[in-house]
Amino acid sequence: MNIVVTLKQTFDTEAKIALKDGKIDDAGVKQIINPYDEFAIEEALKITEADGGEVILVSVGGSETVIRTGLAMGADRAVIVSDPELADVDEWAGAEALAKAIGTLEYDFIIGGRIAVDDGSAQVGIRLAEALGIPSVSSILKLEIADGKATAVREIDGGTETIEVPLPSVLTAQKGLNEPRLPSMKGIMAAKRKEIKTLTLADLGTSAAELAAKAKITDYSLPTPRTAGKVIPGEPAEAAAELARLLREEAKVI
Amino acid sequence: MSQGIWIFIEHAKGDIRKVSLELLSQGRILADEKGEELVAVILGKDAAALADTVGAYGADKAVVVEDEKLAGYTTGAYTSALNTVIRKLEPSALLLGNTAIGKDLAPRLAQRLGVGMASDVTGIVSDADHVLSFKRPVYAGKAFADLVLTETPVIATVRPNTFPVAGADASKKAEVITENVEIGAEDLRAIVKEIALAASERPELIEADIIVSGGRGMKGPENYVILEELADVIGAAVGASRAAVDAGWIDQKFQVGQTGKTVSPTLYIAAGISGAIQHLAGMGSSKVIVAINKDPEANIFTLADYGIVGDLFEIVPLLTEEFKKLNA
Repeated sequence: MNIVVTLKQTFDTEAKIALKDGKIDDAGVKQIINPYDEFAIEEALKITEADGGEVILVSVGGSETVIRTGLAMGADRAVIVSDPELADVDEWAGAEALAKAIGTLEYDFIIGGRIAVDDGSAQVGIRLAEALGIPSVSSILKLEIADGKATAVREIDGGTETIEVPLPSVLTAQKGLNEPRLPSMKGIMAAKRKEIKTLTLADLGTSAAELAAKAKITDYSLPTPRTAGKVIPGEPAEAAAELARLLREEAKVI
Repeated sequence: MSQGIWIFIEHAKGDIRKVSLELLSQGRILADEKGEELVAVILGKDAAALADTVGAYGADKAVVVEDEKLAGYTTGAYTSALNTVIRKLEPSALLLGNTAIGKDLAPRLAQRLGVGMASDVTGIVSDADHVLSFKRPVYAGKAFADLVLTETPVIATVRPNTFPVAGADASKKAEVITENVEIGAEDLRAIVKEIALAASERPELIEADIIVSGGRGMKGPENYVILEELADVIGAAVGASRAAVDAGWIDQKFQVGQTGKTVSPTLYIAAGISGAIQHLAGMGSSKVIVAINKDPEANIFTLADYGIVGDLFEIVPLLTEEFKKLNA
């Protein structure tokens, strides 16, 4: 079973965000594999460890260092779409580029994170399925692959649902699917020799003009900082009574 | 020429979800500003029954698509049905709630239509040229991006609790437009085998007006009962920080933060939560924040509107008692 894992490089979740020249400043920010994509890598590795086959990482953009971390976890090889012409990649263009890159591979199914913690759009995995004309199951918590079908438990509001789809399909991983492994020293050494293939837009038979973004960011801003309010003094019983009163009479929220 | 702001109506058991009413209310304002009509699009088995309600909440028209194959949500059938009616009637915009259904449906539909989309939107303005501009959190709310979409229909999923619900006026009626669609085998490749809904009577975390959330200070899974008691007295949902989820004390579906749910309730009560940046990212847009923490230096106090420095195991039950008294 060959599994494609879509991967995105993101800022570390502990990173503080600052703006520079109206854009998000990435100077000095630690870059990591999007945490939800780690769930996808882990799930793919578990399946190929049991049944054989290859795990192929596919990323639009991303540095070699971050991609190698995925290979160090145990993925077999990687494909990066990298092109200096490709600047503002929106979700539509990202999905189109991934679909073209994945179109060059042989695979049984595709899995990626349900959301990236940078732009937080949660669109690309689902769009990728549409671009490839195959079904998708988003936000999965459990996965079984058998007889050319995937049976996945996905999160819905207020509970879960179990969905069966034929393969190939795209699955997007929600937190709770598994506990991603850390790369071992052996894995890190092995990753150095694994293949990372870089494809340009020309290699994919497309161009930056063809993939021009349909969502255009006009401005970035930082949230208005909240300021500390009242600390309510007194013995626990007094403080609790005063808090209840303030929430009701001053804040009027209860 | 594209015309009409469409609101995707989410409904279950004959009731329209609150976020859809929020969108009808805000959609009415935007439609008036743009000089367009407000259209509710209702898919389902008995969708027409909801036309009166959407009219009362401001819709000029209700596009109704009734089909057995739309009885429950599936990505394929819903995408196909919406794609068909959108291509026929050409709305200028489609707004959906950023719910489990909205998040699954909107990207697939946007890709099929070849258009851009804004996810988890927390602000919409119609500029001087009547172009909609969307504000949305990035880096889980550590920053915001404003964006415009270059092709119609513009599609956005809007975070629940972003817009207030305006009052209903039962004298207002929506004109009903019934559409039929072909849903083929290609649209039905995914099969729903089972739906398991939690038995909880508490509100859904992302839609709740009040959230009572516990972190590392809860010390163990057995202690969440005190938060649940408080939650039930004030009609709140229960949430948790990543520390509590990673410790295995509570299911990850309750997690608020950058790798969990992003919420904006009217009131967020943080008990035993230190206020790590990734947690603040998920709840910083709450209207009023209350912190209860033993550590006076805890970061959560830097943004809480009200704080009590003390033992949550003392304070939370006392607070529950106070609200019981006030409710009595």
